[in-house]
Amino acid sequence: MAEIQLFAGCLAQTFFPQAGEAVQLVLGRLGLKVRRINDAFCCGQMAFNDGLRKEATTLARRLLGAVDPALPVVLPSGSCTAMIRVFYSDLLCGQPELAQMAQRIRPQVFEFSEYLTQVLKVTDVGARFESTVAYHPSCHLTRELRVTNGPLDLLKSVRGLSLREFEKSEECCGFGGLFSVKFPHISAAMLEDKIARVSASGAKTLVSCDLGCLMHIGGGLHRRRLGIETRHLAEVLAGR
Amino acid sequence: MMRPPEAESFFADSRKAVGDTDLRRKLEGAVGRHLEQVEIVAGAFPQYEQEKVAARRIKEEAISRLPELLEQLRRNLEAKGARVFFAGDAAEARNYIVDLGRKNAVKLAVKGKSMATEEIELNHALQGAGIEVVETDLGEYIVQLRGERPSHIITPAIHLSKEDVGKLFEQKLAAPYTNVPEELTVVARARLREKFLAADMGVVGANFAVAETGSIVLVENEGNGRLTTSLPEVVVAVMGIEKVIPRASDLSHFMEILGRTATGQKLTTYVNFVNGVRRAGELDGPRELHVVILDNGRSQMLADPVLREALYCLRCGACLNVCPVFRRIGGHAYGTTYPGPIGSIISPSLVHEGQAGHLAFASTLCGACKDICPVKIDIPRILLHLRWRATEGDIAVKWPQAAHRVRTGAKLTARLFAAPSLMRALSRAASVLLRPFARDGYLSWLPPPFNGWTQSRDFPLFGGTGNRVAGAKSAPVEAGNTGSGPTGSRDAGQRHDPEAHETEQAHQ
Ligand code: SF4
Repeated sequence: MAEIQLFAGCLAQTFFPQAGEAVQLVLGRLGLKVRRINDAFCCGQMAFNDGLRKEATTLARRLLGAVDPALPVVLPSGSCTAMIRVFYSDLLCGQPELAQMAQRIRPQVFEFSEYLTQVLKVTDVGARFESTVAYHPSCHLTRELRVTNGPLDLLKSVRGLSLREFEKSEECCGFGGLFSVKFPHISAAMLEDKIARVSASGAKTLVSCDLGCLMHIGGGLHRRRLGIETRHLAEVLAGR
Repeated sequence: MMRPPEAESFFADSRKAVGDTDLRRKLEGAVGRHLEQVEIVAGAFPQYEQEKVAARRIKEEAISRLPELLEQLRRNLEAKGARVFFAGDAAEARNYIVDLGRKNAVKLAVKGKSMATEEIELNHALQGAGIEVVETDLGEYIVQLRGERPSHIITPAIHLSKEDVGKLFEQKLAAPYTNVPEELTVVARARLREKFLAADMGVVGANFAVAETGSIVLVENEGNGRLTTSLPEVVVAVMGIEKVIPRASDLSHFMEILGRTATGQKLTTYVNFVNGVRRAGELDGPRELHVVILDNGRSQMLADPVLREALYCLRCGACLNVCPVFRRIGGHAYGTTYPGPIGSIISPSLVHEGQAGHLAFASTLCGACKDICPVKIDIPRILLHLRWRATEGDIAVKWPQAAHRVRTGAKLTARLFAAPSLMRALSRAASVLLRPFARDGYLSWLPPPFNGWTQSRDFPLFGGTGNRVAGAKSAPVEAGNTGSGPTGSRDAGQRHDPEAHETEQAHQ
């Protein structure tokens, strides 16, 4: 049986255990053996994005040490995947040994939907999910990893699911990690527009491949009591 | 004079701007229409991508050969009777032009659209020397009448509606009120004609300067650039050192992309070549032509291997239009000459705006700017680089206390993240302690420094919001009865799926 490693990341490990569980379930049903990386907590993006390179390097070192370079790594997050694949080379440019480790695992690191559609070449995982769904294409997934159609193809194959488009779906939700607390007024203005567009679509569930966006939009939806729930793509694909 | 762009004022001004619904409506309308047009025109041009790559290559070449090309440009300009002045900073550039005005007894200077002259705050200096300065680009003319700075590098009055302009002209020019753009243009045009004919000095910027031929190239839509460079006796062009390109043939690539990306035009209405002073037998053109080549911090950018890419910028303004932050706060809130993504990466290096380091943090790094940039400048990467330099103390940022505390909190959190089992134990403890305060898995209040979050959103409870994934055999995941909906009851938050729970335990 083929084996993969699952790195859930700091948000899943702190707030959204269900996302990691769902990835495990979906990949397990496809016949993969899933080994969780438990000896690392965070890819370092939050720190790196705030200029805290020392802290970010410590986290990257820990993660690189916990990864078995012989096996693929799957993450339920476009932005953590982008961090490892795109930004580690900048973060680790002064650390040849770590940079080399990062270089070695780079071709083996995949965002969840990307792994399903581009590596396993699966778009129908046999899921059922009764809801009207809008999909939020997260920024790093779309513009750093160029993963655009895969998640939609996966959603279209889910039974019982009706997909709704919404206006300017590719615009950032305003999360931006610490940006959301450092510049809360700008972040809130972006969120407000995102929520208005999602809610105008008539969707009852908002789906994304990034927990940061889901935490942000989900928090905004909950505050407004709009009756729209948020789900990671894997949770939808785990539905039966 | 402009206030130094400090973090404190950015917070105050951007807060005011997001609260100004009128401003936001105007911005969203204008920028949205603009972008639609850009998309249509770019979409209909199959060679767009290819031309962008070509343009990028030329910029790479030009910046890598900068000293040599500037020298060639100087030689060729001088051969055409122009005088060239290299200005180390804004003050040197200003003083040179003010002196020129004095020597030539200039009373009235007309200006074409130029961000470089905004950067050196030339208008203020000329007026201080008793010289009347009139902006002749319609948008610039409007903001000048209002005593404002441009709020966008291409469309300076994008923060105003046609009604605003109608009222302005009624007030300042005693013109009968109208909100019809064509009629407003006629009013401005009549005023500006008089000024063109009376001006003894013309000041312009430069979109490109061709080293091989010694030509200054101006791209515009109103013909004011052409009049400004052909009617007055003395003409000054102010350009950053990065505007030089090697060959005239390079222009074909830039012309294909600049209009499309900046304004959604296949080609701008005017492309002017300024080729030296008036020669014997010619009817127009200046008696004196001066070219001020401005450094003002640009060599510093050149010396930084990551930042130097910013020197490829064509000032097309596209990154402002797509930026979700710019679209919410407008240009003025930035407090810098160049607002938006490009402004946030270059302002800290521009000598008199050395305090703009906080702007690199005022971005979600969403990457929309990088995607639209016609010369593919990796703006998010440069923002990250500047954030790091600011953290190292290379760029000073005076954070307001709240933001400073967020940074301290982040540093602490990052350290905790380095200890996975401790982090997991802490989350479990937080989950138990905070559960009584949560409502369907969400908290509506966080303590400082993270209270900025809960001003407008709820925060998920540690350990999960209650959405659980059912195991393969047990109940299906049903939409609507878990999670954040108002129907999601407290029970949902406490519902435990034994199998999912087990999985979690097994891996701890
Ligand atoms: S950075 Fe790129 S998109 Fe922005 S103004 Fe410069 S050329 Fe245009």
